[in-house]
Amino acid sequence: MSMAGDGPIGAEARAGAPHGALGEGRRRHVPDRLHGPLRRLLGSWESLLLVVAVAIFVANTFASPYFLDPWNLSDATFNFTEKAMIGFAMALLIISGEIDLSVAAIVALASTMMGLAVQYGAGTPALVVIGLATGLACGAFNGLLVTRLGLPSIVATIGTMSLFRGIAYIVLGDKAFSGYPSSFSWFGQGYVGWVITVELVLFAVAAVIYGFVLHRSAFGRAVYAIGNNPVAALFSGVRVPRVKLVLFLLTGLMSGIAAICLTSRLGSTRPSIAFGWELEIVTMVVLGGVNILGGSGTIPGVVIAAFVMGLVTFGLGLLNVPGIVMSIFVGLLLIGVIALPRIVRQLIDSRTARRSAAKATVRADRGEARS
Amino acid sequence: MNPGERAPDSVSRHSGAASRLAETLRSRDALLALALVVLIGLVATRAPEFASPARLAAVFNDSAILIVLALGQMLVILSRCIDLSMAANLALVGMIVAMTNAAVPEVPIVVLALMAIALGAALGAINGLLVWKLDIPPIVVTLGTLTIFRGIIFLVSDGKWVNAHEMSPAFKSLPRTEFLGLPVLSWIAILAVLGALVLVNRTPFGRALYAVGGNPEAAVYTGIDVGRTRCLAFVAAGAVSGLCGYLWVSRYAVAYVDVAAGFELDVVAACVIGGISIAGGIGTVAGALMGALFLGTIKNALPVVDISPFWQLAISGTAIIVAVALNARSERRVGRIILRDAEKGA
Repeated sequence: MSMAGDGPIGAEARAGAPHGALGEGRRRHVPDRLHGPLRRLLGSWESLLLVVAVAIFVANTFASPYFLDPWNLSDATFNFTEKAMIGFAMALLIISGEIDLSVAAIVALASTMMGLAVQYGAGTPALVVIGLATGLACGAFNGLLVTRLGLPSIVATIGTMSLFRGIAYIVLGDKAFSGYPSSFSWFGQGYVGWVITVELVLFAVAAVIYGFVLHRSAFGRAVYAIGNNPVAALFSGVRVPRVKLVLFLLTGLMSGIAAICLTSRLGSTRPSIAFGWELEIVTMVVLGGVNILGGSGTIPGVVIAAFVMGLVTFGLGLLNVPGIVMSIFVGLLLIGVIALPRIVRQLIDSRTARRSAAKATVRADRGEARS
Repeated sequence: MNPGERAPDSVSRHSGAASRLAETLRSRDALLALALVVLIGLVATRAPEFASPARLAAVFNDSAILIVLALGQMLVILSRCIDLSMAANLALVGMIVAMTNAAVPEVPIVVLALMAIALGAALGAINGLLVWKLDIPPIVVTLGTLTIFRGIIFLVSDGKWVNAHEMSPAFKSLPRTEFLGLPVLSWIAILAVLGALVLVNRTPFGRALYAVGGNPEAAVYTGIDVGRTRCLAFVAAGAVSGLCGYLWVSRYAVAYVDVAAGFELDVVAACVIGGISIAGGIGTVAGALMGALFLGTIKNALPVVDISPFWQLAISGTAIIVAVALNARSERRVGRIILRDAEKGA
């Protein structure tokens, strides 16, 4: 596999990902953001997203009279806070060229373990420790499979996805755990003040930490370097396997935190908890401008994408659109945001090609006239 | 020569039937066949009747849909892509076919089956065109179409079920109809295996799949249209998904939004267990067949040996991880052998 592709370390040229759309012999540009005149027009992907978010907000305001109620808006944040917390770690993982499809299964397993502990009379601090430890253990397992055994992360985590959720099913079967201590409900149901939920604060703190790590630390630079060219990163002294292992651990940890919040909010655990979240989280990250082939993306982008997805689902929910129909929008959004820059680029390419062809003809005509 | 087997040059060097036999025994397919026999043997120690021909035929019949889907997925994976939308495609086509049958029972079943194949192929073409023309990573495309297809099922069905009594008797009985001692469902799986053998090993398209998956850059220089080959693989995967859509709803005599939910991962798992490399270019029809049979056998064996069906997910997850780990090791070995040979030659 051409992991050591011909792309220089730069945001846009990157060839060869395990599952990349790498194809014909010509050099590929994977446009993670717009170029040329359009870029000047729209600025960055993040500002484009922000415009979309504001547009959806305004549209929702007109569509439903209940939208602008602060308590409603506060409730709406539950649509994305837990998923977005995992999304931050997933963003780093995808930027580094890996992926973790087992995150929702980790949430299920961590929730199951916490439920199991409750049956033995564990208190809230013990539950938090168990949730975080389960997440870390699962992340370590994924990370070791990828870094030690060299397995492609997409299949390895499809396997662990079945394994982790499978263990939850073995423990729970068709039953459910409940009876969590009342102090445990603080994480998912508590308020810090007025309409600001505990989860929203956790989300904001996570966003700041991950933003700092990715954009302001040496570790973040290493993540970008690995995503752009793992071999070059290795030769420039980046400990690639260790960085990747840390990223899988972080993803596991964030899944553990999300499991604590979700379990606390729902007050019960079924093995099917958080089913299908992995796809929504990947969608959120990609919508946030993270290149699925790795190498580029920002945390502010993911934050705005979280709000966009939360607003869309909340707005549609107010209009009584069933959840499954919302998933059509999510799917269209996912394909649309990736397809749009490519279509624009193809149009620009074909226009410049035509223009240069026309110039060449003119030149040839002149040449003939002279001779 | 079978392109899935590794190191054909080493076969030619030690000529003779004995070494060729040894080579075959060392191959992944033989290992997998052995694992399958051991699995059946283990189950038979607890429940001897499990190894009877009738029961094994029943297991094969129960795995038939998975086999057909795995063969379609194999074509896609060989070309270094992946199709996660197969189960959603199956469910959508199954729903449309079931609703058509419920509304107009007069439409002949053959027409319905052909309609299912055509619809499935059209849905597959959406994936293929997005991958080919817009160059979007296949995993993103099919994650997207997976959710879109599921959503569309809800839109067309309004969330309602199509139940057994609404389907015509002919619609429900076709997969069950016996022909030469086997149900039609089993025969379809057998035909699919034979068809895939010819397609993969005896046609330019099959060769192109291995070339595209093995080295897309090199494939371009040999005159292969990489995008078009991948698109055709997606169309083929879509067509079998559509066919399986009819088979699924007629076999279980019910159609609803969540039909075969999560089955796309079983299909990928069957391929991975069957030794088809997720990085493309490596894999055999026999591997896909046995990978699917392996999962099907586990599923059927669990109740026989008195293990809760809730264990199935964890077991298939473990099987996937073990299989990928084994594949990764043997693929690395291929690289070493080629390098050593090149050194000797130089």
